[in-house]
Amino acid sequence: MKTPIYGLMAEFDNPTALASAARRAREQGYRKLEAYSPFPIEEVNEALGQHQNRLPLLVLIGGIVGGITGYLLQYYVAVVHYPLNIGGRPVHSWPSFVIVTFEMTILFAALTTVLGLLGLCGLPMPYHPVFNVPRFALASRNRFFLCIEAADPLFDRFQTADFLTGLEPREVSEVAH
Amino acid sequence: MSDERRNPVIAPGHTFATVTDKISAIVLTRKTPTHWLIPFAVASTLLMVFLWAVTYLFVRGVGIYGVKIPVGWGWDITNFVWWIGIGHAGTLISAILLLLHQTWRNSINRFAEAMTLFAVACAGMYPVLHLGRPWLFYWLFPYPNTMGIQPQFRSPLVWDVFAVSTYATVSLLFWYVGLIPDLATLRDRAKNHAARIIYGILAMGWRGAASHWQKYETASLLLAGIATPLVISVHTVVSFDFTVGIVPGWHSTIFPPYFVAGAIYSGFAMVLVLAIPLRAMYGLADMITPRHLDNCAKVMLATALIVAYSYVFEAFIAWYSGNPFEMYAIWNRMTGPYWPQYWLLIFCNLIFPQVLWLRKIRTSAFWLFIVSIDVLVGMWLERYVIIVVSLHRDFLPAAWGMYSGSIWDKATFLGTIGLFFFLFFLFIRSLPVISIFEVRTLLPEADVTEGVEK
Repeated sequence: MKTPIYGLMAEFDNPTALASAARRAREQGYRKLEAYSPFPIEEVNEALGQHQNRLPLLVLIGGIVGGITGYLLQYYVAVVHYPLNIGGRPVHSWPSFVIVTFEMTILFAALTTVLGLLGLCGLPMPYHPVFNVPRFALASRNRFFLCIEAADPLFDRFQTADFLTGLEPREVSEVAH
Repeated sequence: MSDERRNPVIAPGHTFATVTDKISAIVLTRKTPTHWLIPFAVASTLLMVFLWAVTYLFVRGVGIYGVKIPVGWGWDITNFVWWIGIGHAGTLISAILLLLHQTWRNSINRFAEAMTLFAVACAGMYPVLHLGRPWLFYWLFPYPNTMGIQPQFRSPLVWDVFAVSTYATVSLLFWYVGLIPDLATLRDRAKNHAARIIYGILAMGWRGAASHWQKYETASLLLAGIATPLVISVHTVVSFDFTVGIVPGWHSTIFPPYFVAGAIYSGFAMVLVLAIPLRAMYGLADMITPRHLDNCAKVMLATALIVAYSYVFEAFIAWYSGNPFEMYAIWNRMTGPYWPQYWLLIFCNLIFPQVLWLRKIRTSAFWLFIVSIDVLVGMWLERYVIIVVSLHRDFLPAAWGMYSGSIWDKATFLGTIGLFFFLFFLFIRSLPVISIFEVRTLLPEADVTEGVEK
């Protein structure tokens, strides 16, 4: 369903105002809303009820896959594909495989962290409606924004605007698609 | 807390707007300052020396270096260990101090990570250049090939390939993830159309959404947790290059912690060598404060003492082992033909840095710069003494020999210094040298003042 606008955005001066605005919007029953700030603010995440995060699990899986890959790679090379008989010593000399296994664990875990972060955030994203608000450029400098999206069931272009104005922002603006 | 008030991490009076504008202005100004152009020109000249030395190496072969049996590793591997050690401070600052909640790191982590990246780039070149046939370096990686051969995974040299390449990759990822919010700031603040597009592509559409910040914070902590054991492992693996061999002076279990401490020691020295001119040139003394210099100096002093302990114990264990070859190796370092290098290293790394016990020295930018240069020289000599002096006289006197670096060794070393500063000055001009969003979190106005829960 295509809404006429993407949502309504209120601009605040400081993190405290943003956190309390986010909390009041949640209490009002809005669920499709997002806050934008120039640095991470834990209280805003709490106010918006954002707790879920699957990244650590992904990284754990990535690390385990990396470790297994590293070990199997060395096993295959040293035992199956290119065994070197050095004074009759065992070809499956696992203690000397520990380091590369460790490094591959780290490498895969780090790659999973970064790709997982980008994937979970939906980045890279070449276009997003919030950038249509000219003052949104300050979200990466010193201003704090709360956006209630039109996709929210409670959203009403005028009532929601009134609600946001009641939060005493610097400005409320409509976000075009 | 009194220390906090006397020496704040950020000078009072800054707001979100002023820190953003001040740091981004260094990059977004149209005018390139003279204090940038002159060092950049010097670095570029040295880079030409590097290209000249490497081209000659490719044409003539590794024989142009001073290495000859019994000394098969000389300046090349000394420089490799020196550079990679310097890199370690960047990861320590960005990863370990993040996990330890040392918020003062927020204004020095960005350029320290850049330093890591460029130092690893310089380091990585040496083992490749000294291969003899550098263009075949990819034989070190296991890949299906028509020759039917594979690397030997029981060799520390192959471990090194994996450790250093993983370290370079993870450092780059960590650095880039840290840059994303600041790239978005530059995208939003750039007036130049081309700059907006370039920073916009690099920022990947970052918009500072709360849900993104939450994942971002998790990712930073995860990367820090991953990088911490990695940085310890890298210099440990580098030390295995020596300890796994049976050469007297190399075959020692003390090497891994000794090498890691030495790496952090020289790395913090390089951080200070970069930070002190940087804060003077760009007027950043309100963000890189005397407190930062003091803290870096304390880390240097602590690692100096670990290194000192290692030197003493290296000599003690050699004597206590009763092994005549081990005893001779240490005795030869102290009194053999390379005695000036050994005693100079003791002076540079052990004796002179003891001035750091004085608070006056630790807060004086001038004296810290002198001590840092001294430590960088000392740590280079340490690697030279470990590598060359151990190799030149091993078991059989008939196989002894002498070594000195050729002009090409020296040109290549000077050249990598040029490459390092060339990259570093490009970084200063094109990316924020201080992490803008992390400095914002240090400001008093970043705190949420009233309880959100009420």
